Amino acid sequence: MRNIWTIAKKEYAGLFYSPIAYVVGVVVFLVMGIFFSYDLNAAITYQYTPDFTYELDILIFPLIFLAIPILTMKTFSEENKSGTLELLLTAPVKDHELVIGKWLGTFLFFLSLILLTWFYPLVLNFIIDPGIDQPKNLANYLGVTLMASSMTAIGIYISSLFKNTIAALMASLGTLLVFWLISAPAQFFPGTVAADVFTNLSLTQHYYNSFRAGMIDLLDVSYYVSLTVLALFLGTRSIESKRWR
Amino acid sequence: MISVQNLTKDYDTHRAIDHLNFTAEKGEVLGFLGPNGAGKTTTMRILTGFMSPTSGTATIDGLDVMEDSLKVRHKVGYLPETVPLYEDMRVFDYLKFMGQLHKVQEIDERVAEVLIQVGMDDRSQSLIKNLSKGMRQRVGLGQALLHHPDVLILDEPTIGLDPKQIKEVRNLIKSIGKERTVMLSTHILSEAQQICDRVIIINKGRIVAEDAPENLQGRVSALRVVYVRVSEKTDQAATALRELPGVLSVKVLETGRIEVENVRESDVRPGIARKLVESGYDLLELTPESVNLEDIFLKLTREASSENPPLEPEPNDSQESEA
Repeated sequence: MRNIWTIAKKEYAGLFYSPIAYVVGVVVFLVMGIFFSYDLNAAITYQYTPDFTYELDILIFPLIFLAIPILTMKTFSEENKSGTLELLLTAPVKDHELVIGKWLGTFLFFLSLILLTWFYPLVLNFIIDPGIDQPKNLANYLGVTLMASSMTAIGIYISSLFKNTIAALMASLGTLLVFWLISAPAQFFPGTVAADVFTNLSLTQHYYNSFRAGMIDLLDVSYYVSLTVLALFLGTRSIESKRWR
Repeated sequence: MISVQNLTKDYDTHRAIDHLNFTAEKGEVLGFLGPNGAGKTTTMRILTGFMSPTSGTATIDGLDVMEDSLKVRHKVGYLPETVPLYEDMRVFDYLKFMGQLHKVQEIDERVAEVLIQVGMDDRSQSLIKNLSKGMRQRVGLGQALLHHPDVLILDEPTIGLDPKQIKEVRNLIKSIGKERTVMLSTHILSEAQQICDRVIIINKGRIVAEDAPENLQGRVSALRVVYVRVSEKTDQAATALRELPGVLSVKVLETGRIEVENVRESDVRPGIARKLVESGYDLLELTPESVNLEDIFLKLTREASSENPPLEPEPNDSQESEA
């Protein structure tokens, strides 16, 4: 447990050693800020209640969707390439602690980013009457966080498969995109088992059909949690397998 | 402390190490000597749990490196050959991070202590990417020492250091080797001669010799050679030397030196000096040739691969002359 925390802390701090984390932060707050300025204007001028759900749509796609592969691509591929993985694998750290630590550190960065955007609906809440629909807002945020957790875990797993960071980036982007769009083919054969499978595999369906509408469905929560656990499990196996080469 | 039995590792079709057997005791500095690609790094990577062997077993303090990998990793300090470090971290933070993974108590004090030990205390706040090769090497060594490991495995620990640092690191290894077990690989032969209690020479994944450096020297030849130079009449002087007791053969070299081969047990130098001076020659030089580890190494590794052409010289001459 202590190892996970040690690695997570280093991973989190490590993001700030490079400019990437700052660039991602600036882009996210700049884009979110532009939308916020529209909302603010509408709120002050017309006392119009903006629905913050639309702003969160932007936060998920494209902002976080693009930022996750960029920030996870280096987690293992860079260590593999520079040889520092040899240090970690010869330190008294279990393989799953290493993978979970890396995921936790990166996920906490996204969590900070997501939580900081809460500033916008909080401000809007003061300006308009009757204010923002808080329960719905909370469900939205929970959904975004869970989705970011799964996507980060997938990015970490894919990074463990590569030595080349750009290859890891493209593979993560591709995989996330497939998970994003996988429900689309379901419309060609509606009502079949295959359609059900495709729909239920989709990263988007579990958000748009529930959290986004303000509902918290245990099935959707377990989907994101399972996906996170599965990706971390595969990441652990991938690291383990390096010892057997 | 370290015990290796029939250790074998195959990479695809290539056999990197082939049924290695050796042990290392507590308080021993074991040198692992061999040309590039001999299997030194592979053996060390198996001992540190980074890699699994294809067959055979390796134990450290009675613990199997695969079965009890985590316990073994607690006991081992490891400096990999490439000295991997986190470029973007500061020296202090890096050592602290590695120390935390090794569960080092009172981490800040211990890091400060190690930094002094490896002579990097004045650079503790430097970014690792701004360090020179020698400094990186010392940070890597510090990392290996942090958790007071019982066994220290160092893959080419003095590469990239300047002569003063080499001396310091060697002294450090020697002092650590008094209480703990140190296994180091090197292809600098004088280094092995200086700091190792025992040397294992490995070539193409097999052990070709294993002994104390002094004993290894005796193996190569039972002969000793003395070089003699006189001011003039070299040929006549050579003839005169042939009659001395203990001398086996005398040869005049193109350089004007006389090469005197004698049996190992007797020192013929006083006899040579007396004979030449009494006969009226001006003796200019009398140099015994010492068989060094280099010759043994070349001889042994060449023997081991006699079907192949002789080994290329190690590309490490500059290092040796520095040392």
